[in-house]
Amino acid sequence: MTMNMKLNTLTAHELIDLLSKGDISPIDICNDIINRIEKQEKSLNALAHFDKEKALERCKNLKEGVNKGKLWGIPIFIKDNISVKDELTTCSSKILKGFKPPYNATAIEKLMDIGAVLMGKTNMDEFAFGSSTETSCYGPTRNPWDLERIPGGSSGGSAAAVSADEAIFALGSDTGGSIRQPASLCGVVGLKPTYGRVSRYGLIAFASSLDQIGPITKDVEDAAILLKAISGHDEMDSTSADIPVSDYSSNIKKGIKGLKIGIPKEYFIEGVDKEVKDSIKLAIGELEKLGAVCEDTCLPHTEYAVSVYYLVATAEASSNLARFDGVQYGLRAENITSMMDMYKKTRKEGFGDEAKRRIILGTFALSSGYYDAYYSKALKVRTLIKMDFDKAFEKFDAIVTPTSPTASFKIGEKISDPLTMYLSDIFTISANLAGIPGMSIPCGFTKANLPIGLQILGKPFDEDTILRIAYNYEQSTEWHKKKPKL
Amino acid sequence: MDYEIVIGLEVHLQLNTKSKVFCGCSTNFGSAPNTQVCPVCLGFPGSLPVLNRRALELGAKVSIALNCQIAEKIRFDRKNYFYPDLPKDYQISQFDQPLAQHGILTIITGEAEKNIRIRRVHLEEDTGKLFHQKDSSLIDFNRCGIPLLEIVSEPDMNSPEEAYLYLTALKSILEYIDVSDCNMEEGSLRCDANISLRKKADKELGTKTEIKNMNSFKGVKAALEYETKRQMDLLEDGKRIAQETRLYNTEKGVTEPMRSKEEAHDYRYFPEPDLAPFNFEKSFLKAIERDIPELPEPKKNRFIKDYLLSGYDAGIIVSDKNTADYFEKCASLYSNPKTIANWLIGDISAYMKDNNVSIKDLNLKESYLSGMLKMIDNGVITGKIAKTLLIEAIQTGKDPEKLVKENGLEQISDVKLLEAATSQVIAENPKSTEDFKNGKDNAIMFLMGKVMQKTKGRANPNKVNEMLREKLKGAR
Repeated sequence: MTMNMKLNTLTAHELIDLLSKGDISPIDICNDIINRIEKQEKSLNALAHFDKEKALERCKNLKEGVNKGKLWGIPIFIKDNISVKDELTTCSSKILKGFKPPYNATAIEKLMDIGAVLMGKTNMDEFAFGSSTETSCYGPTRNPWDLERIPGGSSGGSAAAVSADEAIFALGSDTGGSIRQPASLCGVVGLKPTYGRVSRYGLIAFASSLDQIGPITKDVEDAAILLKAISGHDEMDSTSADIPVSDYSSNIKKGIKGLKIGIPKEYFIEGVDKEVKDSIKLAIGELEKLGAVCEDTCLPHTEYAVSVYYLVATAEASSNLARFDGVQYGLRAENITSMMDMYKKTRKEGFGDEAKRRIILGTFALSSGYYDAYYSKALKVRTLIKMDFDKAFEKFDAIVTPTSPTASFKIGEKISDPLTMYLSDIFTISANLAGIPGMSIPCGFTKANLPIGLQILGKPFDEDTILRIAYNYEQSTEWHKKKPKL
Repeated sequence: MDYEIVIGLEVHLQLNTKSKVFCGCSTNFGSAPNTQVCPVCLGFPGSLPVLNRRALELGAKVSIALNCQIAEKIRFDRKNYFYPDLPKDYQISQFDQPLAQHGILTIITGEAEKNIRIRRVHLEEDTGKLFHQKDSSLIDFNRCGIPLLEIVSEPDMNSPEEAYLYLTALKSILEYIDVSDCNMEEGSLRCDANISLRKKADKELGTKTEIKNMNSFKGVKAALEYETKRQMDLLEDGKRIAQETRLYNTEKGVTEPMRSKEEAHDYRYFPEPDLAPFNFEKSFLKAIERDIPELPEPKKNRFIKDYLLSGYDAGIIVSDKNTADYFEKCASLYSNPKTIANWLIGDISAYMKDNNVSIKDLNLKESYLSGMLKMIDNGVITGKIAKTLLIEAIQTGKDPEKLVKENGLEQISDVKLLEAATSQVIAENPKSTEDFKNGKDNAIMFLMGKVMQKTKGRANPNKVNEMLREKLKGAR
């Protein structure tokens, strides 16, 4: 590696090597990132909050010494819905204007403990409501592969920043595909851990029973490193699991010969772009070459996933977002005449259209007289979806599907048609409903040079296997090495 | 017309845990506003609740003491409504799967026992407190997240008096199992009442009103008495009862409508996704069961049987656990339990009332009381002396036996010493002497009183009686 190579284009594991050899310093990395951001950010709009002086200061303040952590000196960007103490954390929403949490999310604490350098916050769909990062109050983020197109969402800022080398890696959150879908559309690696693998403490809730924080990285090895860094039981989150965390980085390097991989027919339906289908088929062929045994399977309740999701997720969201009421923090509307007036004006001014749509939808689903027909029934079907996976995993070690039915679409193309937009997550939602881990890795490009992602789903708490399949595939392909021309 | 009164009570009880139900903040009462708060109880974005096991333990303890069936699975729900004292704009509570159901609480009405059914017991978090000022409102979030147990009765009470007895019996049990301060003034116990009237023959319940804002058990009774009369007057006039929430105005002694129109709330309950449901472990419940002491009802029956107390006396003594414990310790040291009961219910309880102290703070060891009673039995002191001796012992904290010796309070039974006093009294009270001679037996009591006066209460009353009669016998 030559010293004139831009450090911001490297992966975390490459930088860890260089840092340990003493070839570079954290400031060098930070400077390259800042340069990239200054050159590129205007056209991308991937970042919600970034203060280069602060980033440099954090770099300078890193403790030296023998107890340097695993990520010592490695810069990281954080999605704007993950709490960082005394730093703007706004969920890209006007209603949290100026909000600085008084505490760190557990994932942030863990990263800081091992020396990672917090750089700033990435843009997102408002409160993670969206699949295109167009609902942000800071304006849409653009896809580095085509600036006319969306980067996916809701962690579009994190995916675009990593793809465009503004970031080494980043944290996202995934409620129905918000890590995997933008990773797929931006040509990077994204992993949604098993529900309960990573503490949700400090993640501003969208849908509490579905949300997970996870890594968005340039390659699988970084995903393994970052996942290990943030995983584990947390006393502050009673839904986090007390199950040991594996050494993902070393386990991924084993082969995949003999692993059984299921290909569910419900994921190759009409509406899936032909180029996407073809790429996935080639990827399956590649996995077979590596020794995996791929067989067709079925997940019969897949067709209900989107409906179930938009009832469960919005119901929880309607309650989770009630607290943004103008009383304690964030926006409070001016010229209010009464308590009720404060609630109404604040929420009217503070929430964007999509947030309002989901709050109304969720409130309706929970209302007396409708609860049984909607929310309660959705929970029952959710159980059936989970049972589909349980059954498939009796036979298979993992399941492989397209991450998204299409590659990236144009900005503005679907924003006024929520139903079409909701279908962008058709292949990612089931994993959240079932609580299982899933990841997306680059597996090809369309003729228009837009990235295509391969989704790998695994058994609960078996991130090891999906990372291993992803790593083996990545080692035998070159997709992840392609960079957008900016 | 004859009406039946139908009353159901909803009690909210603050459990006396050290920390709040979903975070580590202190539950101390009376601290400066907003000093016992954290991101969790303030409902900050991203914060998550974690259940305090102690609160669950205490809730289960109450449920067992009220003979409830405890749920196998513990689950919480969100109750959604907007109000500034509720930082998340939802309350973590329990909806269709409460902690416990189907309990029984026995009350004593006159000589009869009556079982009041408990519908449900559930655990939830308390809200903050609003302070309304002229053109603004302030919020104290200290109370936010203090564990609350809601105990809902069936509408099984048929008079304000029964409601009062229910509350006293409930409080007594809660104090026995030491789960709450049960202090209505400090708000650690709150009570709302539902009341309706129906004609005796009617099967359907009448329209009910909900009464809030009572701050003592007597207040509950008074409010229900007022409301009974108000409803009865309306019904007598052929008018209808409006289903509404009414506030009790303590100063005026009346109930007043809280809102002109009852707003229909849809709380949109749904399972709390931040707290995973879990099953009660059998061993956990067994440990709680073992931790429950003998409760007032069985204790009372035992006292009647073992100590031959009257139902009335036993009832009073067991209504406070410390008094019952005190009684039993004395009974182990002294052989006449009835006498102990008399003193406890009489002089000692009067002293406690006058000086506003509880038996726990009373400066009188069990051995001191039983020692004093033995002195009476053995003729060392008179019952009359004992009354003042008791007060002195409490006030000084000294052993009554020691006080008797120090102050020379022993009873005078010596005939020689009493001879002079009795003769003197006879000589000084010719009228009473004459009355006695003329057959007025009561006059002897007057003469005895005089002898007592002369001996400062120390004379053995039996001896004096005997001697006076002997001396006046010849004359009669």
